[in-house]
Amino acid sequence: MRAFVERFDETARRRFAAIGQTVVYRGELLRHPVYTRFLHWSVAIFFILALLSGFAIYSPWLFRWIAPLFGGGPTTRALHPWFSLFFTIFFALQFMNWLSPMAWREADRRFVRQLKEFAANKEKLAPEDTGFFNGGQKLYFWAIVISALIFLLTGVVLWFDHQFPRVLVTISYVMHDLAALLMLGGFIIHLYEATAAQPGTFRSMINGAVTEEWAWTHHPAWYRAVTGRDPRESYERARRRQAERERAMQLWEREQDERERAGAQTAPAGKPEP
Amino acid sequence: MAERSTFQIQEISGHTGPVAGRGTQRAVEVCKYIDVTTCIGCKACEVACVEWNDHPFRETVFDNTYQTMPTTEWNYWNLIKFAEQERDGTMMWLMRKDQCMHCEDPGCLRACPADGAIVKYENGIVDFQQENCIGCGYCISGCPFDIPKFNQATKKVYKCTLCSDRVGEGLEPACIKACPTGCLHFGTKNDMKELAEARARQLREYSGFADAGVYDPQSVGGTHVIYVLHDATRPELYGGLPANPQIPLTYTFWKRIAKPTGLAMALLGAVGIFFHRVFIGPKTPQPDPAPILKRAEAADEIETGKKENS
Repeated sequence: MRAFVERFDETARRRFAAIGQTVVYRGELLRHPVYTRFLHWSVAIFFILALLSGFAIYSPWLFRWIAPLFGGGPTTRALHPWFSLFFTIFFALQFMNWLSPMAWREADRRFVRQLKEFAANKEKLAPEDTGFFNGGQKLYFWAIVISALIFLLTGVVLWFDHQFPRVLVTISYVMHDLAALLMLGGFIIHLYEATAAQPGTFRSMINGAVTEEWAWTHHPAWYRAVTGRDPRESYERARRRQAERERAMQLWEREQDERERAGAQTAPAGKPEP
Repeated sequence: MAERSTFQIQEISGHTGPVAGRGTQRAVEVCKYIDVTTCIGCKACEVACVEWNDHPFRETVFDNTYQTMPTTEWNYWNLIKFAEQERDGTMMWLMRKDQCMHCEDPGCLRACPADGAIVKYENGIVDFQQENCIGCGYCISGCPFDIPKFNQATKKVYKCTLCSDRVGEGLEPACIKACPTGCLHFGTKNDMKELAEARARQLREYSGFADAGVYDPQSVGGTHVIYVLHDATRPELYGGLPANPQIPLTYTFWKRIAKPTGLAMALLGAVGIFFHRVFIGPKTPQPDPAPILKRAEAADEIETGKKENS
């Protein structure tokens, strides 16, 4: 089974790489190949469509202004399961694509234990054992896997509700809602972390590449694995380089200032009258 | 007695904010009273219902009883349920007219997420507005009497309207009009309740039905269709009439309390994240491009800035 998944994923990856391309400039690292990006955005599009259409039905407070986006109540109801079906299909592929980097490790347990410190943002550099994905990302991934399963099972019951016993429908209704709230919570955090909270992250899903600085800051163990260099040493070196550059710049500025002052003394003050 | 004025809307499904018609008029609640003990199972009410509502005559389903079909259908709202019951060594035939009960607290309306798809009028009639129905089928699972039925072709749900179109014109429902034995009555809730109680007393005192009584389940706040049963302690005998009909908790507790709470928490989370960005700030790739001023330096700069400004 595992061999099949890997073979399937490898083939898909190669086919997509042949169609699309990822440009990695100097000082950058390839993070997400074309196939991964394609899956991520397919999942994202159908997730957002399913989320919106679902929340229209979720609450009367949302029904009035979300249902018109999908052409009114009946079409919202009719489209929602189809959005979700496509979400499920693409997420199943994404699941295969990310199965191995998402494996839970000792480092992730430590990461989750230090979640508070992570949120407080005191330490600018991620723990040195943070791999391709950190514990938080893995937590979100597995939360989606679980809630997608709940969605699928309860969704089928709600889709064909008149084929199932009444009790099962009412239980499914609650489970479906719980999964939706879990997903929404994770989604809000995911959006924030991928954009405003970590500058330089969003481009990894657009261009496919990230800067080396980004890599050694947020995923040091991954940086070590792909470059063979020590992330902390690279960071220190960049700091020294920056300090050196800063000093050179200040030197240059001072020289310029002095030259200007000298020029002002010799040249006539003020502009000639026109 | 029941004029158009009593058709002020009292409750609307999936609706936020106040309801225009609520409590604006003197409440005249209508009620259909069915005396099961004098029903002869002639099915005139079934035909009258089909006729008045202009439903097509459909195929019947024979399942070894005299019932027209096993359950009501989306275009067959009125069904006499036949049940055989042994009593004192002899056979008794229980015939109950099954249709929407028009609950005071309707489970279908509680369950419905579509604004205005189900309304309840001041007079107690619960009516489906198919043009607002989104076809999710939640009302089917919300109803303790298994009444709303889904139409696969139109993707809408239908049920008995208590002939709201006739009642609005001051007429009685079609089934009442057709009944040859007079076992069906229509009037205000108070009058019907009184009539039913009197009949039940009669059955207890003179006909030897010690358990005879009125079926008006308070677990759904009472219904606007009430029965007199020979044995009110066992309503299940009459083709599965629930003794204690309940709206599922998912449509009461979950929908009214848990759902808004969940939504509010999600909203709080979004606000929290916004202020996380404002107060705590982002994680930038290290080293930061601009040289970071030390705290003391930053304080100095603020001081000098103040001086310059003043």
